[in-house]
Amino acid sequence: MSRRLDTGGALIDRDAPVQFSFNGETLRGFEGDTLASALLANNKVLVGRSFKYHRPRGIVASGAEEPNALMGVGEGARFEPNQRATTTELFQGLVATSQNHWPSLNTDVGALNAWVADMIPVFSAGFYYKTFLFPRVAWKHVYEPFIRKAAGLGKAPVNPDPDDYEHFHAHVDTLIVGGGIAGLDAARAAGARGEHVLLVEQTAHWGGRALVDGGDVAALVAELEAMPNVQMRTRAMGAGVYDHGYALVYERVSDHRPGLPGAPRHRLWRVRARQIVVATGAIERPLTFANNDMPGVMLASAVRDYIRLYGVLPGKKAVVYANNDDAYRTAIALHEAGAKVKAVLDVRAAPAGELVEQVRALGIDIRPGTGIAKARGGKTVEDVEIGTIAGDRMTGRDEHLICDLVAMSGGWSPVVHLWSHCGGKLLWNAEGAFFHPDPARPPLGEDGEGFVSCAGAANGEGLDAAVEPHWFTPSRGKYAHGTKHFVDFQNDVTAADVRLAAREGYESVEHTKRYTTLGMATDQGKTSNINGLALLAGELGAEIPDVGTTTFRPPYTPISMGAITGAAKGPLFKAVRQTPIHGWSDANGADWEPVGDWYRPYRYKRGSETRHQSVTREVLNARQNVGMLDASTLGKIVVKGPDAGKFLDLIYTNMMSTLKPGRCRYGLMCTENGFLFDDGVVVRTGEDEFLCHTTSGGSDRVHGHLEEWLQTEWWDLKVYTANVTDQWAQIAVAGPKARAVLEAAGCDVDLSAEALKFMSYVEGTLAGCPVRIFRISFSGELSYEIATPAGRGLELWEALAAAGAEHGIMPYGTEALHVMRAEKGFIMIGDETDGTVTPQDLDLGWAVSKKKADFLGKRAQERDDLVRAGRKQLVGLRTENPDEVLPDGAHAVKRVREHVAMETIGHVTSTYFSPTLGHSIAMALVNDGLSRDGEWLDFPVAKDKVMRAQIVSPVFYDPEGEKQNV
Amino acid sequence: MLMLRCPYTGVEIEETELTPGGEAHLTRFGPGSSDDEVTGYLFHRKNPRGVHFERWRHTYGSGKWFHAARCTVTNEVFGTYPAQTTEPPQWLVDKIKAKRPDWEGFE
Repeated sequence: MSRRLDTGGALIDRDAPVQFSFNGETLRGFEGDTLASALLANNKVLVGRSFKYHRPRGIVASGAEEPNALMGVGEGARFEPNQRATTTELFQGLVATSQNHWPSLNTDVGALNAWVADMIPVFSAGFYYKTFLFPRVAWKHVYEPFIRKAAGLGKAPVNPDPDDYEHFHAHVDTLIVGGGIAGLDAARAAGARGEHVLLVEQTAHWGGRALVDGGDVAALVAELEAMPNVQMRTRAMGAGVYDHGYALVYERVSDHRPGLPGAPRHRLWRVRARQIVVATGAIERPLTFANNDMPGVMLASAVRDYIRLYGVLPGKKAVVYANNDDAYRTAIALHEAGAKVKAVLDVRAAPAGELVEQVRALGIDIRPGTGIAKARGGKTVEDVEIGTIAGDRMTGRDEHLICDLVAMSGGWSPVVHLWSHCGGKLLWNAEGAFFHPDPARPPLGEDGEGFVSCAGAANGEGLDAAVEPHWFTPSRGKYAHGTKHFVDFQNDVTAADVRLAAREGYESVEHTKRYTTLGMATDQGKTSNINGLALLAGELGAEIPDVGTTTFRPPYTPISMGAITGAAKGPLFKAVRQTPIHGWSDANGADWEPVGDWYRPYRYKRGSETRHQSVTREVLNARQNVGMLDASTLGKIVVKGPDAGKFLDLIYTNMMSTLKPGRCRYGLMCTENGFLFDDGVVVRTGEDEFLCHTTSGGSDRVHGHLEEWLQTEWWDLKVYTANVTDQWAQIAVAGPKARAVLEAAGCDVDLSAEALKFMSYVEGTLAGCPVRIFRISFSGELSYEIATPAGRGLELWEALAAAGAEHGIMPYGTEALHVMRAEKGFIMIGDETDGTVTPQDLDLGWAVSKKKADFLGKRAQERDDLVRAGRKQLVGLRTENPDEVLPDGAHAVKRVREHVAMETIGHVTSTYFSPTLGHSIAMALVNDGLSRDGEWLDFPVAKDKVMRAQIVSPVFYDPEGEKQNV
Repeated sequence: MLMLRCPYTGVEIEETELTPGGEAHLTRFGPGSSDDEVTGYLFHRKNPRGVHFERWRHTYGSGKWFHAARCTVTNEVFGTYPAQTTEPPQWLVDKIKAKRPDWEGFE
């Protein structure tokens, strides 16, 4: 029987009652309660079922280390699984549900697992690896559905998170994690030195264990609050420590006041600290005895916490079971709260000392050398069978103590997580049986000096008094038959599992962890790791420090995905780059497609058109009349200086220094490995100035590439580069009537074929806008690309649309652009290239200079692998059935075969239906493709379908280039 | 997350603003060099356990490339210096030798 006491409870406000519900039942608690203390106050001792065996489980701890009491908290969009009841503050209207049970917490079918497990060894260490091997077909229909159903803790929420989250950057001299006595003292010392201090505490209260075990912190807290250079935050957990003094602090701003206006739910502090003091205290270890997982078996310190902090007595008749003096404090607390302490069972042969004497003076029965052979009961503990511990055997009279509460203590482990996250090393204290920080091997900062130190219990201080290491309490009779000694409650890992792993050869603690699942899941073994590795060491006949710990990784306890995301969600998740014409396109049927950071119109929808219909219309109109394209996303990089030509000769595969001012040249850029990585038209805009066009997604990458070579290799060249992509709007006007449209818009330069030749450039005024006109073509039609300062882009676009109306001008999108360039056999970076393709592979050798002494990639292109026979080379394809379009990425095979892997000889890189030609077209990279003209290839595209296509020239439309040169 | 000091401006830069550029002081082997030279230049990189000279770019900042000498085990940063050099500056070499007497030196 667990109940609320009539008095006491340092943290609760008895004048402020709070209603909440648990599994649909309305219950009452007080402001200041945790969900765990409120459940215990309502005699809810059974709070969940275990993960594998579905055994009844109760609350074990009172803080962050809780392995069992995981709840679904909240409803609807605010539902969240796996919340620890011990760290969930109670509030009016809180809704909690228990997990891992069906149909109900009290009657659970899955508990059959445990019964079966006693008969045959399923669920023992490595059972996943051993159990589901045969027959093969059973995987799909039996094993996998079963495992999927059983796997995972809790249910994922299904609705979008309605709350706000934020990040907060802080730069401090000293970050102190932990608001107990040690942390407060460290803050006072650092504050007095004039340092900028941030002190964080994961609970809502200052004082740590002093609140329970004595000591007044109010004066100290007041002193710190008066220091202007000390910043203090409760409900803020030090989550992780990273390189060079970086730390994450997870602040739960309004978990206890859901939906508080103006406040985020969680705030993630991104802290950069010169020094970090870890004052995170210690965690008590359970003792490993038979059925130690039964509800009513709790950590001794937690029992004390519930009595003193929340005025909750977790049982009427208690047994304390310990290997140290500290647990005697719990015996005293229980006695004072009115519980009957049946006995203190102490594994030590001769417990002595002040606390022991105090307990003895209270008339409590102390049993030296005694342990619990087995706890008995059902949904709560009903009695314990005790005996005399004789090494690995349990002897003595078969005696039972009737009790409804067992307070256990196996000693304390310093919370060294934050010390260890960034490489701090540990030492083993054999007397106190714990790992503590080795001050000689701290995590190192940028200056090579340690930047983390530990204080108080986290440093092992005060934990080594009067402890006798005790890792396993044997039960009577044959070991492990009908009894389970749990090591990891959350993952249902028993001592037998750990020992089995050791016998099967798992000598490394990291392997044992993964084989048995010891120390995994949401609690990451806070109560189980040391016990588990001690058992492993025992089985291996090794010393505990030689077996070592598993790796401590951030975060210390789970933090919300929302906190990690911060404000970067929805429209703020990723910035969208918009051209000056974006709004016009949006209002005129644009069907948006992301291209790099840009959004570009895939097509402009008219009426009830399908995508295919729009694209067909846009292509045919550009081919027959005139189309206009928002090409503002095209990368534009200015390269300027006396050595600009020389520099571009090194950057591009072809010669740029010979380009005459006012002329344009298509250029290729390769990496030093010889592979094509960007292309575009280069314009010489002046004697010492070039404008390099790049692919739409590639301008930042290309600009970075130019800067890298300028700064780190050819820093003697007198050249500046500037990425001016956003400074210019660019509009392509393409089609037989393009010239007429420009003339109709009012242009002050001579646009005739003689005056402005193909691949040349001129500046002037068009429709009243200052423009640069480039006579270049990516469609194969007569085409002008017109750049105007970005602020005039929309004005020019609208003027051209108006002037072109009588010529039937229509805007076209990226898909029409792609179809038209594919009809012309123009390559697209990222389609025909994938980082392993050379210009020669694409039959672009004509754009690779033979004359130049050097350019990036030149030497690499002479390497054996880049000149060998059998490389994949670009071809055009025409399908046997002209109406069928090859799937993008389809593979051609050497020979079509059934039931065995086929040898692939190439793959499709671009594939469209050509409205201009009335049949499908494709480009592909095929082994030795350049010398296979006319061959037929087989593309097995589905189980019963092979498409055939013939290799042709990739230039499907206007191979002589007559259309663009008029 | 590393902090590196920009050698041009003295600004302390957080890793999220930086782009790593791999080993510093590679000798570029272009046309006319042997297969072994080119293979070494393109593909073979030092991977020391200890002192390493490496390139970084302040991509979300000045855009400048610089070099850093960093211990790959402890992340200690011995110093940073401008990229327009073919070898680490003497002051830095002296500093590393003083801190790591066992270090075999640059090259």
